[in-house]
Amino acid sequence: MKRFLGFVRKEFLHIFRDIRTMIILFGIPVIQILLFGFVVSTDLKNAPIAFLDLSKDEITQKLSDKICSSGFFRKGETLLNYNDIDKVLRKNKIKAVIIFEKDFGRKLISEGKAALSIITDGSEPNMATLITNYITAIVSDFNREMVATQAAGTLLVQPEVRMFYNPSLKGHFMFVPGVITLIMTLICALMTSITITREKEFGTMEVLLVSPLKPVQILLGKVAPYFLLSFIDIILILLLSWLVFGLPVKGSLLLMLAECMLYILMSLSLGILISTVAKTMQQAIFMSLVGMMLPTILLSGFIFPLENMAKIYGWVAAIFPPKYLIVVIKNIMIKGTGFPYVWKETLIVIAFTLVFLGLSIKNFKIRLG
Amino acid sequence: MNNKVISVHNLVKKFGDFTANNDLSFEVYEGEIFGFLGANGAGKTTAIRILSGLSEPTSGEVIVAGYNAKKQPEQIKKNIGYMCQKFSLYPDLTVKENIMLYGGIYGMKKALIRERTDLLLNKLNFREYGDRLISDLPLGLKQKLAFSVAVLHDPKIVFLDEPTGGVDPITRRQFWEMIYEAAGRGITVFVTTHYMDEAEYCDRISIMSEGKIVALDTPDNLKRQYNAASVEEVFVKIARPMGLIPPSPLVGLGISR
Repeated sequence: MKRFLGFVRKEFLHIFRDIRTMIILFGIPVIQILLFGFVVSTDLKNAPIAFLDLSKDEITQKLSDKICSSGFFRKGETLLNYNDIDKVLRKNKIKAVIIFEKDFGRKLISEGKAALSIITDGSEPNMATLITNYITAIVSDFNREMVATQAAGTLLVQPEVRMFYNPSLKGHFMFVPGVITLIMTLICALMTSITITREKEFGTMEVLLVSPLKPVQILLGKVAPYFLLSFIDIILILLLSWLVFGLPVKGSLLLMLAECMLYILMSLSLGILISTVAKTMQQAIFMSLVGMMLPTILLSGFIFPLENMAKIYGWVAAIFPPKYLIVVIKNIMIKGTGFPYVWKETLIVIAFTLVFLGLSIKNFKIRLG
Repeated sequence: MNNKVISVHNLVKKFGDFTANNDLSFEVYEGEIFGFLGANGAGKTTAIRILSGLSEPTSGEVIVAGYNAKKQPEQIKKNIGYMCQKFSLYPDLTVKENIMLYGGIYGMKKALIRERTDLLLNKLNFREYGDRLISDLPLGLKQKLAFSVAVLHDPKIVFLDEPTGGVDPITRRQFWEMIYEAAGRGITVFVTTHYMDEAEYCDRISIMSEGKIVALDTPDNLKRQYNAASVEEVFVKIARPMGLIPPSPLVGLGISR
């Protein structure tokens, strides 16, 4: 045991002495959370829009006030003719233009309908869709008020939409599980595979294997520090998302941490597996990045919803572990559900762990031959 | 000199169809410096890996430090030291940290490690280097330090796999002085080398070729037997007819003696 502890101590020294490792361990998690939280915001807030009001009556005034006081938009320029639309959109100062047709108010009162156009910048498709949806919602709300004050008219069935679990559709709810998954994959799989192949490259692995340390002790000693440090990372991310973005863990914190630990174990065994295959650090980095980072980003439902992809991608995604952790975290953290809702994913992650460990042991034995 | 610390009988190691060690038999005695010579691919490293408990023999009996290599590799590992061709100290740790690490791995008590560290640093005139990172030291110093670390725990046998690769002649000379000193303390030294002049420093040498031992005796006896002026010539006379070596690459750097 004493031999083992001395060996673990050495591994910590490696980590604390290497500034790059420290940045990957603690800099990247913090930066990613803040980056995704503040910069890559998918929420609409104070988007500048312009109005081309060809009617200029009481009703158009009321409607544009309503739009601008919603908090989602603010009034940018007031346009005078159609030619201006292209100009302001090109300058990128305005996200959308709303046009009220001539005699908008009069038509609405007398004929019961009037036309309003929304022109958005299609070069930013996500933003454009978001803006259109928001404006449509505000306009239909306005419609309802009009019908109510007119008292007469037809009674329409008005849908009332509520978003469960994330009522204001905050983007953080989506990316926090994603970042946790990304970080754990990055740190555990990448860092362990690097640290083990480094020993091989330096020739120190040979010396360790000849020493009284057992191969299992060597591997455990290499990964134990990363297990501990990634666990600290998880706590750091959860604290940040709670303190900075007001996103607490709704379900059981204990279950959440246990699931994360299980996933860390899975990633560590993957890292070990990679290191038994890779001969150099470069190979290890390449395998971890291509093998894990890309699926984590593209095929986990982190950024692009899996449901919208062609079926084949769904099948491909199923053989990569990140997808399952994201489901688990979303369930526990955001929906607040318990173990009965995540046992299937948990079992799958356990299965991945066992397969990776089994393959590693097999490879390791062949190498020692 | 009659205590056997290594005895090998009919050792065979096969990788699939390839036979890396073909029926090796030899003995090494306590306190001896035993040279293991051969061209690259002759099977030296495979033999060393089996002797040090890293890899299992396919057949044959291998006893090292009193333990059977097939059944008790863990016991063997506790009783040997090892230094390999590639450099084996951690460059991002200091001299003292490296010594502490290896001492700890071999189960030495902290106080003893400290005592030995002081002794070692004084002996090598390393005193001011104790807290320096290994990466800051010149190669010669690193190599000497690696050897000192390999024998820090007073092993019965130390295996040196091409320990002097890439080192300048003066350092090689000093390195061999350290080897003699260790042998004087009763540590058996098992060394592989490319440098034929180094083979002259050994008590006995064995020459391997294509997985077999083709010659084994003291350097002087071999020279007499093959009517050669140096071990290098012996080696060439043995290996050349077999078409195993091109004329030049095994020629040593040649230091004057």
